[in-house]
Amino acid sequence: MNLNITNDFINGFWSMYVIVITLVSVVGCGVFLFMQERANFTAGQTTGHIWDETLAEYNNPLPNWWRWLFYITVVFGLVYFVLFPGLGSFGGKLGWTMRGQYDQEMDAAKAKYDPLFNEFLKKDIMTVAADPKAKEIGQRLFLTYCAQCHGSDAKGGKGFPNLTDNDWLWGGTPERIQETIMKGRDAVMTPKGVKPDMDGQQIKDVVAYVRSLSGLDSKSGGSVEHGKELFPQACAACHGPEAKGNPEAGYPNLTDKVWLYGSQEADQIETVTKGRVNRMPAWGDFLGEAKVHLLAAYVWGLGGGVKPAEPAPVAAPVAAQ
Amino acid sequence: MQSQATYNYKVVRQFAVMTVIWGIVGMLVGVIIASQLVWPQLNIIEYLGYGRLRPLHTNAVIFAFGGCALFATSYYSVQRTCHTPLFLPGLAAFTFWGWQLVILLAALSFPLGFTTGKEYAELEWPIDILITVVWVSYAIVFFGTLAIRKVSHIYVSNWFFASFIIAIAVLHLVNSAEIPVFAAGILTPKSYSAYAGVQDAMVQWWYGHNAVGFFLTAAFLGMMYYFVPKQAGRPIYSYRLSVVHFWALIFTYMWAGPHHLHYTALPDWAQSVGMVFSLILLAPSWGGMINGIMTLSGAWHKLRDDPILKFMITSLSFYGMSTFEGPMMSVKSVNALSHYTDWTVGHVHSGALGWVGMISIGSIYYLLPRLFGKGEMYSTRLINVHFWIATLGTVLYIAALWISGVMQGLMWRATNPDGTLTYTFVEAVKASYPFWTIRVVGGVLYLVGMLLMAYNMFKTIAGGKAVDAPVLAPAAAH
Repeated sequence: MNLNITNDFINGFWSMYVIVITLVSVVGCGVFLFMQERANFTAGQTTGHIWDETLAEYNNPLPNWWRWLFYITVVFGLVYFVLFPGLGSFGGKLGWTMRGQYDQEMDAAKAKYDPLFNEFLKKDIMTVAADPKAKEIGQRLFLTYCAQCHGSDAKGGKGFPNLTDNDWLWGGTPERIQETIMKGRDAVMTPKGVKPDMDGQQIKDVVAYVRSLSGLDSKSGGSVEHGKELFPQACAACHGPEAKGNPEAGYPNLTDKVWLYGSQEADQIETVTKGRVNRMPAWGDFLGEAKVHLLAAYVWGLGGGVKPAEPAPVAAPVAAQ
Repeated sequence: MQSQATYNYKVVRQFAVMTVIWGIVGMLVGVIIASQLVWPQLNIIEYLGYGRLRPLHTNAVIFAFGGCALFATSYYSVQRTCHTPLFLPGLAAFTFWGWQLVILLAALSFPLGFTTGKEYAELEWPIDILITVVWVSYAIVFFGTLAIRKVSHIYVSNWFFASFIIAIAVLHLVNSAEIPVFAAGILTPKSYSAYAGVQDAMVQWWYGHNAVGFFLTAAFLGMMYYFVPKQAGRPIYSYRLSVVHFWALIFTYMWAGPHHLHYTALPDWAQSVGMVFSLILLAPSWGGMINGIMTLSGAWHKLRDDPILKFMITSLSFYGMSTFEGPMMSVKSVNALSHYTDWTVGHVHSGALGWVGMISIGSIYYLLPRLFGKGEMYSTRLINVHFWIATLGTVLYIAALWISGVMQGLMWRATNPDGTLTYTFVEAVKASYPFWTIRVVGGVLYLVGMLLMAYNMFKTIAGGKAVDAPVLAPAAAH
């Protein structure tokens, strides 16, 4: 007996209980029909009962095709229960399970596609990025797994980083991009930075100062002077004394005119007042190393990719391709 | 003529008129949400966004339009086939006002965001309690009327209404078991299901499919068994077929729910049981179609000039079609393609617009002149126009969603030679737009038909006056 392990029975009794009820019910449908079709039929004559002046009933026999349709579905059901899991913990003669079907399909897909993906895994990311075939596959993967947040054109949106510019929250080298996709990123901007006692005017001052670093003026009445004084106490711990951030830890550069939550002053006041929480999910477990490798190459090649500080020892120059 | 006693038509009149009104409201909301899919900018404020209006649409058409139609026709037919006025007329009046209150509370609470999140059982616990009270009252009136009947045999339509009333009571009580939320020690109208995980899903779809089986099938078969032979003027085709398909239908439906949970956390055996019983359900479902359509044998010519009969016979055709489609969609490999696509929505609407809608519309057209002392509706021609508009709307709707459903299923599973998906999700959405637009057109046509019906109804009422027919003595044969 092929026992189906993906069932919920806590002991054999409940399995038997279900088996008996199921079988009695299916067979019972057939038996019921068999008994009823033996009743007396009087074609063309009514039963003699009349309701509401006109309502009467003929007693025509059950149509043959209909009887057989009924029997066939009952027999089909019984055969199905022999072949497939359906009777309690009896797994069926074919050994089919939905989990098994999934594993089988996934194994077949792995056998077919893994060699293709693993071929790219042998090459470094910048080389893969220059391969037109890899780019096609990478784009398809991107459109399936990444476009929901970063957009089909990878230009992002409010709260979702633009991947086509050369501004990188967590670094734009091939390794850093791959790490970001594999492991995901969590980022938190605490409300009012590290100076929780900032009042509304001080928040406007800080925002006015930060805007001035990108050549933007303030219309909310914030003072650049005061903001400059507050910045070291409230913001510099993360964003650095020159507000250039730190991609090692995901602290944004505030001087590059790129605004993840909008360039309007109101957006920035909201950011400082309420803080921000953001997350890039980790894809390593779901997609596996090879697909992430292709994705990293695709994203790196979108135009903003940064070359590693020291050239990789065996990397073929991109220009040679 | 034994006495001056009359049937209780007042509650029937109330429910019949509200059937048309709620039909218009529910279908209008349907047209709005269908339009919101095509033109997302129509989601203007959260109270009237797609997410809140969708349960309002389903509840309004099922429980307000369908429910009022069932109350009206069951109250009418049970008195007449029992040859006695309704038991406890005061309680019958309460079921009318109670049910209207339920509908009103639904129309308020859904836009405000109150929902249990259980499909077709979204109403929150205070309304669930009200539904229970109204439903028990309905049962008392209905079974009380059966108990005081003046004939020995119970007519077939009443079997179906009786099974519907009992089954809905059981389904509602079990599935709506929920635990209210206390916020800061104060009882709130919010609740959470008493069940967890896959058990919750199984209870929900045991309920959900039997809402289809008993509310939208058994009960409307009860309606069919009274109004089709009445309108056709012919005896029911086969008493024995009624017996077999009635018992087989109500027994088998109870098992079919798991087919809503194919390829989920539900264990394999339970999915298979749901599928097998869904297939066995085919013949019992078709028994009702055969009995209805064959009742017309010898009277087919009446279809030529009787639009009410056209509604009824077309409804039976859609019933037969969707009860064939349903078992096919319950087969695991078919379901793997159809599930989560528009195909499901199209299937539901071939049952809803084609079967439930048309049998109700036909029956209400039969009722209105009789309830308001007229020989016939104000305009038979308008009924005919209504019939063709409704049929065209239904066909457009379901054909559009068949195409978009199968297309979505195929697009979602298409892969490139490298194993990546051929289409992104949004490409399947984009490809669906033309069909969603056709769906809006189909829905608008169906709604326009209901507006014609409302006009015809008010003209009929304006030209007539409320009358209660005298109670008839049972035929001598009894």
